[in-house]
Amino acid sequence: MVKNRNPVRFLGRKIVNFLSEFGEISRLLERTFSFVPRLGRDRILLFNQMAHIGSNSLPLVVIIGFFTGMVSAWQAASQFKGLISLSLLGSAVSRAIFMELGPVLTAIVIAGRVGASIAAELGTMKVTEQIDALESLGISPVRYLSTPRVVAGTLMLPILTIFANVIALIGAFVVANFFLGISEKVFFDSVKRFFHLKDVFGGLFKTFFFGGVTALIGVHVGLRTTSGAEGVGKSSVRAFVLSASMVLILDYVLWTIIF
Amino acid sequence: MIEIRNLKKSFDDNEVLRGVDITIHDGETVAIIGESGCGKSVLLKHIIGLLQPDSGTVKVDGILIADAKEDVLYALRRRIGFLFQSAALFDSMTVYENIVLGLWEAGERDEVKLRQIATEKLGLVGLGARSLLDFKPSSLSGGMKKRVGLARALAMQPQYMFYDEPTTGLDPVTSDQIDYLILSLTESFSTTSLIITHDLFTVKRIAKRVIYLNKGLIFFDGTPKELEQSTDKTVVQFIERFVK
Repeated sequence: MVKNRNPVRFLGRKIVNFLSEFGEISRLLERTFSFVPRLGRDRILLFNQMAHIGSNSLPLVVIIGFFTGMVSAWQAASQFKGLISLSLLGSAVSRAIFMELGPVLTAIVIAGRVGASIAAELGTMKVTEQIDALESLGISPVRYLSTPRVVAGTLMLPILTIFANVIALIGAFVVANFFLGISEKVFFDSVKRFFHLKDVFGGLFKTFFFGGVTALIGVHVGLRTTSGAEGVGKSSVRAFVLSASMVLILDYVLWTIIF
Repeated sequence: MIEIRNLKKSFDDNEVLRGVDITIHDGETVAIIGESGCGKSVLLKHIIGLLQPDSGTVKVDGILIADAKEDVLYALRRRIGFLFQSAALFDSMTVYENIVLGLWEAGERDEVKLRQIATEKLGLVGLGARSLLDFKPSSLSGGMKKRVGLARALAMQPQYMFYDEPTTGLDPVTSDQIDYLILSLTESFSTTSLIITHDLFTVKRIAKRVIYLNKGLIFFDGTPKELEQSTDKTVVQFIERFVK
């Protein structure tokens, strides 16, 4: 059935919904951080989430990092062709990895793996009344579910990014050495020549925000889930889309501030 | 005591509660009946503050639920046991963890004592003979889940017990067992009990008072016997299947 929609009313409702949801996320963030002082007592919950978000994501991050490094080496070589000496390839690739590729690609992988899984897990809990059951036992779902996930996301993404950066650099070196004929000394001399700590730390600094936002959006979307299994599926997709978009928007904002 | 005054609640354009007034005194066993979607569960969720009213008030032991601070509300909820329609067991936890979660969160850390309480509560709900403590909810039947949900609610030694459709989806034999279980628990612990159901057999067995919710308003408030003898057309239509 085609609905006869008033475009002004439709647009107005969309804007109100957006502002209302933004307000809800801000309130969730504030409440999530209000329970951080209790994390000492809730450390088991935090460690479980750190394991889930961190160590369980490591194999995926290693694979993505390795291929990202390899493809960025090919890309740089293709752009350098006939213009710049390949002896500078290590520098170009490493800076791209440390400043952008490592942090952003790791964050997007985590948005897919962790953000969506948080939304699905909490969404299932919501539609099966498990969130209400927590409340009925006098347990705050924000303290019990949101705070450990958001803090674990904030802490673990920088660590995963360090792994991704190192593995990506190795991937780039493999391509440079085996396919482009650049020796180990030339490649790593080039990396060192233009190496700035600020590049690495600036990239890692961004990931604290990426990790926190990804987990926060996962929790928010999960807790708003309705309509049974179909709703859970929609929430997973929505959590990924929102967190991946937020990672890219935040990346731009933070890049302009840091670099 | 639970006091509900002129409670109204809508979801979008759907007016679910249109001005409900109920007083439930301590020690009462009250059944709330009505067609599916008439607002029974919505009413129950207002009493423990899971939903906020559009207008009207809900007071439990003098505490105004809508205005209660979070710590006051959570403290009150720990005095209320809630058996959910789907049992709502935490599927990532074992039966033992489900039963003792509330106590653990309230600060009880003695593992021996917690295990003892879990075993005792499982015994109360008729699952004592089977060692289910380390099972996950996914390996339990529907009736067993309800019983474990009941054990979890009882672990906090509640002053109030709320049952949301305790026999829905269960076979007649298990439904009877759950009914008698609720009856024996209500009599043993003298809790104030509120049972949401559309099963008139449950009402007749357990309740001392029955409230019939119809189109968001209280249509009938009396004893199960008065309900059965009612000549009102709407009431008769609702209870007809059970009376026959």
